[in-house]
Formats: sequence, C-alpha cells, structure tokens
Amino acid sequence: MTQSVVVQVGQCGNQIGCCFWDLALREHAAVNQKGIYDDAISSFFRNVDTRVVGDGGSISKGRISSLKARAVLIDMEEGVVNEILQGPLRDVFDSKQLITDISGSGNNWAVGHKVFGSLYREQILEKLRKSAEHCDCLQCFFVIHSMGGGTGSGLGTFLLKVLEDEFPEVYRFVTAVYPSSEDDVITSPYNSMLAMKELNEHADCVLPIDNQSLFDIISKIDLVVNSGKLGTTVKPKSLVTSNMGAVTKRHKKPFDAMNNIVANLLLSLTSSARFEGSLNMDLNEISMNLVPFPQLHYLVSSLTPLYTLADVNIPPRRLDQMFSDAFSKDHQLMQADPRHSLYLACALIVRGDVQISDLRRNIERLKPALQFVSWNQEGWKTSLCSVPPVGHSHSLLALANNTCVKPTFMELRERFMRLYKKKAHLHHYLQVDGMEESAFAEAVSSLSALIQEYNELDATKSMPVPDVPRLSVAM
Amino acid sequence: MNLIQKEVEKCDSLSGFFIIMSMAGGTGSGLGAFITQKLQDQYSSSLKMNQIIWPYGTGEVIVQNYNSILTLSHLYRSSDALLIHENDAVHKICAKQMNIKQISFRDLNQVLAHQLGSVFQPTYSEDGSFPYRRDPLGDLMEHLVPHPEFKMLGVRNIPQMSENSLAYSTFTWAGLLKHLRQMLISGAKMEEGINWQVRPPLSGLPPLGKMSVHKDLHLNTSVANLVILRGKDVQSADVEGFKDPALYTSWLEPVHAFSMWKTQRAFDKYEKSAALVSNSQLLVKPLDMIVGKAWNMFASKAYIHQYTRFGMEEEDFLDSFTLLEQVVASYGSLGP
Repeated sequence: MTQSVVVQVGQCGNQIGCCFWDLALREHAAVNQKGIYDDAISSFFRNVDTRVVGDGGSISKGRISSLKARAVLIDMEEGVVNEILQGPLRDVFDSKQLITDISGSGNNWAVGHKVFGSLYREQILEKLRKSAEHCDCLQCFFVIHSMGGGTGSGLGTFLLKVLEDEFPEVYRFVTAVYPSSEDDVITSPYNSMLAMKELNEHADCVLPIDNQSLFDIISKIDLVVNSGKLGTTVKPKSLVTSNMGAVTKRHKKPFDAMNNIVANLLLSLTSSARFEGSLNMDLNEISMNLVPFPQLHYLVSSLTPLYTLADVNIPPRRLDQMFSDAFSKDHQLMQADPRHSLYLACALIVRGDVQISDLRRNIERLKPALQFVSWNQEGWKTSLCSVPPVGHSHSLLALANNTCVKPTFMELRERFMRLYKKKAHLHHYLQVDGMEESAFAEAVSSLSALIQEYNELDATKSMPVPDVPRLSVAM
Repeated sequence: MNLIQKEVEKCDSLSGFFIIMSMAGGTGSGLGAFITQKLQDQYSSSLKMNQIIWPYGTGEVIVQNYNSILTLSHLYRSSDALLIHENDAVHKICAKQMNIKQISFRDLNQVLAHQLGSVFQPTYSEDGSFPYRRDPLGDLMEHLVPHPEFKMLGVRNIPQMSENSLAYSTFTWAGLLKHLRQMLISGAKMEEGINWQVRPPLSGLPPLGKMSVHKDLHLNTSVANLVILRGKDVQSADVEGFKDPALYTSWLEPVHAFSMWKTQRAFDKYEKSAALVSNSQLLVKPLDMIVGKAWNMFASKAYIHQYTRFGMEEEDFLDSFTLLEQVVASYGSLGP
C-alpha cells in the first residue's frame, strides 16, 4: 500500500486539514477493531513509540502505539495552528512538522509566495523530505489551501513548484477553495488569479471547491433535519457534516460543517487506495484516467449521500437514487452545470455493499442525459471499495472533468479585470521584492489560454462525431 | 523471472505457460505483456497461452482501449495463443442463464473458472499409452493455431444454468451439440437468444461470399474448432455437424480443422456438458470496435502525454494499430 502526505497551508487549509484528520481517525477506528497498525492506517498515519527521543521511534507493525499524521502544517499566523496544538488532536501532529510565523500574509499573494516562499523554502523542503523519508512508498501529496487569501494561495502554490522539483514522481493533488462572489477579501481576485497560474502549471489534479456550494449543502441538510421530516429515522452520526463522536468537541464554528464535507471528499477519494474492494483504484489511476491533456486537470466533485436513513437493507431503488443524486447540482462541491456542458471524463468512486452490476445499470441509466466528448464517449472510470464511510452503508463520489468549470474561470477573470483596470490595491503587490507587474499579465494569459482550450472543446459539442478514417492495410 | 524459474524447476515435463491477465488495466495488461515477452526470450521452446479478459465495452477504465491495443499487439508478437473472455458476454451469462440478480465480480469469475475447467480438465488420450491426455495445452495449440496470423480463441460452454433450473432439466448429446453448433455458426456467446436464421450454404450451391447480404446472417467462419464433451454416454455423441466444410476456411480440410476430446466423467454439476474452443471470426467485431475507439481517441491525442511521460512514443501506438488492423483484415477475409 502506498502512503500520502497532506500539506495544509494557511487558515483555510489548516482548518479543513484538522477536520480531515479527525474524520480519518474516526474512519480507521471504526474499521480497525483490533488496534493493529496495518497498511490501511499507514497510508495516512505513522506508528510511533513516543518514548523514543528523536527519529528512531517509528514502528512498522504490531499494535498501535501512537499515531502521527503524515502531515505538514504551514501557516504564517499562529492562531489556527496553535489552536490545533492545544486541542484534542494535538498528539496526532508531530511538533516538528509545523512551520509558522507571526504576522501573516495580509491577504497578499505576493507576500505569501515571494517573501515567505524564499524565507521558508529550506525549512519547507526539510519537513517535506522528512515526511517522505517516513514513507515506504510515497505516492501523493495532498495540498489544501484557499485561493483568495495570502498564505494558502501564495505560499501554498509556491510549494507546488518545490514539490514538482524535489519529488517529480509523486502526484500533486490540490484541494483549492475558491472565493465566492461575496468574499470579504477585496484582493481575492488578484490572489486567485495569481494562484491559478501556478495550479495550471504545477498541479497534477485540482479539486476546486467553493464556499457557496458547501454553504448550500449545509442549509439543505439543516432544513431537512430541522423540519422534523426525518424524525427518528435519521442517524445524526451519519450526517456528512456531523462531527458527533468526534475527538474534537469544539464550539461549533460556522465553517466546521462545511469543512467536514471537504474532509469526506478526501477520504472517499483515497478509500480505494486504503481499503480493499472488488475493483480497486489507486490515486495514480485518478490522474491517468481523468486528465486527457495536461492543462485540463480541474475536477468537479459531488458527494452522496449527505445523510442516511436508518434502513439497513436499502433496496435497489435507494441505491439508484444515490447515483442520481451524484449528478444533481445539490450535491456538487462547486457551482457549475456539468449536465449542460461537455464531459471529458468521469470517475465514480463507490464505497460499501455495491456490486458491479449496480454500477453498470446506473451508468446505462444516466448516460443518455450526459454529453461526452466525441473521442471519449464511454469515458467512465469506476471503482468499488467494500468499506463504506462511518455511519453509511454506501456512498458515492463522482469526479467530473467537464467544461462546466469554464464559467467559473471566466467569472474569476472578470472580477480580476475589474480591479486590475483601476490598478486598485496593486501597489501592495508591487512593493514586494521580486514581484513584477508582468506576473499579472502572465497569470491572465495563462487563464485565458485554459479558457480557450475549454472553448474549443465546447465547440465540438453539437458537431456530429467525426469519422476518422482508419488505417488501411494491404491484404 | 526468478519465481517462475523456481516453479519451472519443480516440473517433470513443462508443457508451457498459462498467463492470466486483463487488457484494460495497467499491471495485468502492461506487465503481463512484458512477462510474456520475457518468457518468449527465456523459454522459447515452451508454449505460451494468454488468458485475456476483454473489458466491458463501457467504462471500467477510460484508457482501456489504449491499453487493450497495446497489449494485444505485443501479445500477438510474443504469445502462441490468446484465449479471450469478454466481460460483457460473461455478464450476460450470469444475468440470463444463471439468473443472478446482483452480479458481482465473484460471480463473473466463477463462470469464467467453470469455462476454463471445462476445457482443461483431463480428457481421454487418443493413443492408448496413457488413459488421459498428457499435454492438453500442447494439443490445444496444435489443433487450434495452425497459422500464426490467427491466434484469437474463444470459449463457449453449455449448459450454464442456476442450480434451481438444473433440477428440472435433462440433456441429450444431440440437443447440446445442435445448440453448440448453431452458437458457433451464428456467433452467439451464450445459449439464450441464438439466431437460428444463420445457415451454412447448401453444398452444391455457390457460396454466399465473404460477407452475406444481411450482416445478421453472416456465417461465422472458423479456422479451427475443438469440441470437448464430458459426461455419460459420451461415445454416442455425434459430432458430424462440426465437420461441415462450409464452416471452415478453404485452406484447411475439416479433418484437420476439427478435433474432439471426450471423457465419461461429468464436470461440475452437469451430467452432460459440451465446450467449444474456437479459432474463428467470433472476436473480429469486438476487436474492430476496440481498435476503432482507440483510433478515435488517438486522433485527438487525448491521454497520450500520460503514456509518453513513461517512455512510450506515438510510433509505438502506430505500430500497434497497424498490427491489429492487419489481424482484423485477416480474420475478416476468411471465407469458405
């Protein structure tokens, strides 16, 4: 089994990261009844004998002594990380795997990227190398950050390049939280645009998330739960937003529930790489199958179910409903309309007691309503993992490489241009050492090129499938 | 190769290798093809048969068509025979014949294992020296692969049904063989839904030509066939129907193109069962489809960067396409 390292950068990244680790522990605790350190746990956790000082404490087999997350926590302010270190999860994090500063990046991509980038490059590299050394077979770096801020966006994307240079064989999966249109950070369009260029060039796969979608999901769940429609049949523990039974019993902060959804996404994404199943899918297969051209690596994710009913023996109809839900806008983690756009590829990651025939039946059922690009008419990648998430009997994560991300990027460019035309706040960026105005122009042209690629694909949508003449052979 | 060597050393008399793999994934297909090549290099006098799983037409893996054409073309060069099982066909058997409601991979694999068992379990030998055939793999290759251009073999096996249905059924050799023959002629992959309209031309009349007017009525022409009968009264079974020259391509006499193995011993829970291993046009259509889809994708250059980053080149793809188009054309031009 392979291992992955999570790199959480900035306030958003660390808050999501914290939820993720909490949920991961819960998931493994539910599955691993005997307390033996196995391959599944080792994908995200090290087993350490904390009595040993220094590096020698790793234990590779046998009983679990003390689990340490394979994580690197980076933030240029201390607040969030300190809170984690004082909370119930403090023992899960290796204190040597943190990088913090005091003053923060001031919502300024240039400060995060240029100033802190160069200041902390060596330290970052050292921590990353350490975490890689602790792995037998490191397959993937999961980088979590927001796009709109300064640290996550600037420093987060800085370290993508570092990862690419130092660990070229290891995949870089980025979970990026995009600002909603009512974002309170005025300079978020600048930060997002500058970060996009880095994501275009240095990430293998990006899972864009936006706060608005997460918020809508929460609202919907709250509505259903509070309206009493579900009554006693809903298991509160099963809410994808719930942290009941969680290690951390923090005060309920507004972003907690939303972050839990993203944490669930990451767990489902890696489920087949951690647990067994009849049709496994490792992380490299995600990149291989869903990225037909290097630039087009943005995947729209949708997660179901958001809650379960107490019925254990769920008849096939409910199972089919799960598949339908995955293709409805209500379950998407990003505002987009894949149904009316063009699919380049789609992956279905199924967990729980689901068989190949259920999967096939639903693909056949849903296919006619979806438009796939002409050279990938059957562009489905599927996986079956037998271990469901905590509190559910089965779940589905759909990842779509679809041209529906185009409007989001166009809107981003729009918001950027509105600020940039007036040169508003530009001086904050330009006064940073190493930051040139050309960086802005380059970022725009990078994004425009990406949008253009999506445009060209969209143009093929209504055209008939081209008949490519086959090779003719002499008999 | 070391592990293989160890196993080889344990054998008294190595007939050959049976390599089990899929075409759609990465390990089975890529590494499987690589190992076959290595076996060719290191054990050139031993036979190699690859048991290949043909993926579902729709989405197990998005790049399955690329992986398939690369695998097939490489195996065509280094393997002696390809025994092919199609997931779609096996799935239908599970659904329609076995009446399984929620089909799992375990179910598919059981049907597959049953088919393999019906072929490779012992049968009586032709000469009197040993009661049982000593080298089924060798005999099979000898009978079924007379020409290196034609290596694709398929298995049909009847009856296949659920325990419940079995209790109410009786079988005769005549009935089984009639169905099996029609499955061969019409290209059917299972016993249900056989197209009985397809008939070989009556002798004396000019042949219908390579492709008859109606695609549906196209007669599946064979290079060679092997029928394996297991069960009681097997000596009374009449296989004359399989020796009709109209079923075969013109460059082999039916006496050379057709062979039969048998044993009185029943297989699994079936009192009588008949298997057909066939080197015929049965796999042309699926092959043609895969080549077509892969070509379409290749034309747009989609996913190619994923392969080239590991050292492959577009040339390699083109070589594979060329080889397989040749195979499609060769099988397509078979005619009585």
